[in-house]
Amino acid sequence: MKRVIVIGGGVAGMQTALRLADDGCDPLILEKEGELGGKLRDWYVLFPTFTPASEVLAELKGRVIRRGIEVRTSAEVAAFTPHSVTLAGGETLACDAVVVATGFTLFDARIKEEYGYGIYDNVVTSADLERMFAEGRVAKSDGSRPRRIAFLHCVGSRDEKVCQSHCSRVCCITGVKQAMEMKRLFPEADVFNFYMDIRMFGPGYEEMYREAQQRCNIHFVRGRISEASPTIDGRIQIKAEDTLTGRPLKMSVDMLVLLVGMRANDSNARFAAQSGVERSPSGFLAPKSLFLDGVRSTAEGIFYAGTVTAPKSVGECVCEGYAAADAAAEYVKER
Amino acid sequence: MMKRNSWNEYQKQIADDRYYYGRSCIRQNFFPGSEKAFIDILRGDLGKDLLDDPLHSSCTGIGYHSDIVPLETIMTVVARQFALMGEAGYENFVTSCITSFGVYTEVLATWAEFPETEERTRENLFKATGREFRKPASLAHTSDVMFHFRERIAAQAARRLVNAATGEPLKVVEHIGCHYAKIFPKSGIGGSEFPYVLAGMVEAWGGECVDYPERRHCCGFGFRNYLVQANRGYSIANSHKKLESMAPYKPDFIVANCPGCAMFLDKWQYAIAEMEGTTYGENGHGIPVLTYEEMAGLVLGYDPWELGMQMHQVDVEPLLDKMGVDYDPAAKYLGRNGKYIGKPASAVVNCSATDTVYDIRE
Repeated sequence: MKRVIVIGGGVAGMQTALRLADDGCDPLILEKEGELGGKLRDWYVLFPTFTPASEVLAELKGRVIRRGIEVRTSAEVAAFTPHSVTLAGGETLACDAVVVATGFTLFDARIKEEYGYGIYDNVVTSADLERMFAEGRVAKSDGSRPRRIAFLHCVGSRDEKVCQSHCSRVCCITGVKQAMEMKRLFPEADVFNFYMDIRMFGPGYEEMYREAQQRCNIHFVRGRISEASPTIDGRIQIKAEDTLTGRPLKMSVDMLVLLVGMRANDSNARFAAQSGVERSPSGFLAPKSLFLDGVRSTAEGIFYAGTVTAPKSVGECVCEGYAAADAAAEYVKER
Repeated sequence: MMKRNSWNEYQKQIADDRYYYGRSCIRQNFFPGSEKAFIDILRGDLGKDLLDDPLHSSCTGIGYHSDIVPLETIMTVVARQFALMGEAGYENFVTSCITSFGVYTEVLATWAEFPETEERTRENLFKATGREFRKPASLAHTSDVMFHFRERIAAQAARRLVNAATGEPLKVVEHIGCHYAKIFPKSGIGGSEFPYVLAGMVEAWGGECVDYPERRHCCGFGFRNYLVQANRGYSIANSHKKLESMAPYKPDFIVANCPGCAMFLDKWQYAIAEMEGTTYGENGHGIPVLTYEEMAGLVLGYDPWELGMQMHQVDVEPLLDKMGVDYDPAAKYLGRNGKYIGKPASAVVNCSATDTVYDIRE
């Protein structure tokens, strides 16, 4: 059987391996962390259905185990070619093709210094909030219930100042989802979403956005927050401009949630230089074609699945797993 | 205690010695002792070589930011200062004014980004003066230099920024001029959001900085706010917003590194007190506003009247008493050589003469 190495054991990587097995190949998943799951391990529920992320993960992991797919965890990749993968420890594994499913990196909110993440206690990121949801401990740092919560969209997305010009796509709907969850936990709280555009591109997203406004009474303000500062009573003062009314706005909130974007992995540059694949201006790896070859790289025998090429939702990543596996299987069978 | 975690990521080269000193146009009027204190501290206390060159001129920054002086002109003026520095055998430019620092930084960045503008400036300078120039090896604001030597000053300190009666650190509002790092964040120590240039001095000398909601807000100088008389309401409104925001934290004093900020935060307290009867300090007084040279001078044991602190609108005596500074109240209005310089009328910001107070809102 032809061996195809899948680099990355997130949802895209797992689905790729499953499909490769269906296609008669011998897949091997290399995961740098101690267990499979990728970023989804840190997520609580998924938009737009509030499906627990753990359900999706458990199902995928179960399928991988039941199919007997070989998995190596704590296996960080240092380099790869179409026919070999070298691990950080120096071991080289031979293969017939490689599927890169290394995902993305969450934007480090500390870079946007004006929001005081890491400095002010009640400024958190969307990833922090998912962790708090999962742990069942959503509260201010002093343990009290927040009475006013603000979400800020596009932190580290569509922002030339931090060299992240691309749209991370899923943060808008994540902001809507998390705002609804906060409203469910704290019905008495006022919840605000500060945005520059709301991009509801997926099935059920627009309906969810409407529900957030009509049923949950979540306020959406078109304007970005310019700065966050502490108040003497431990709250966060935010300044923004409501660009629909053309007026500056200042308010104090109990929690400020920064919806951090998806940025390209730093390792992409190294991989591109070593393997001859190309990167797009955003730093994500560039597929051979955006239309007909979205899961093929510009190098023979190297394929892509998931967010290694651009920000995507969980469902899109899983779909790309199928496509990348089929493309890789077709390639190895023709050789 | 104010939290911060990123100032170390914003560092810049600050020369250790041999400075060419660029004075400020307006500081010598508002705070005449501060520039002298800088020279005295650098030369006398730290043993550094500093040239105070009478040949250098205004940078024309006020005219530039008021759309009176065009870019080509200010670049040529800046080039002339650099030429004078080179002719004097120096290469480390330090400037006393935040606006000038912003101007020099902007001009150097413009030349780096658009080399043809540097060539044109060289031609203009040569045609106008016959001079040629080299760009400085380092450019710093004088507060950068004071920050650079903060530990040495701490080691030589006669006093610390603590309440002499309680031993508690003094609570300090540090205010950074907008043109220090808001234009080019990497040009300032600590960047623009959590600048550390003044906070580093305050902490090294025993004080504690307070973070307050309007910390990053402009003092209100903003050239057009003040130079256009009809806009002056914006100027005082900005200072008012900051003072209202910082007052609940009960700061012992404000320290600023910009000529305009130190003046406006000081003088507008007088105007607000006269207009509304509102004061922001303890016991009905205003909050004293210091320059960083005055703060350093007090730490090093200088006499407050030698530092020119009698020129402040808000009296500094409550702060001096708190720090345990030994001073002669009778000498306050004696200028250099013991000459009486006149005493201002009493003002409500210094807890007296309420007869002139009226509420503008009525």
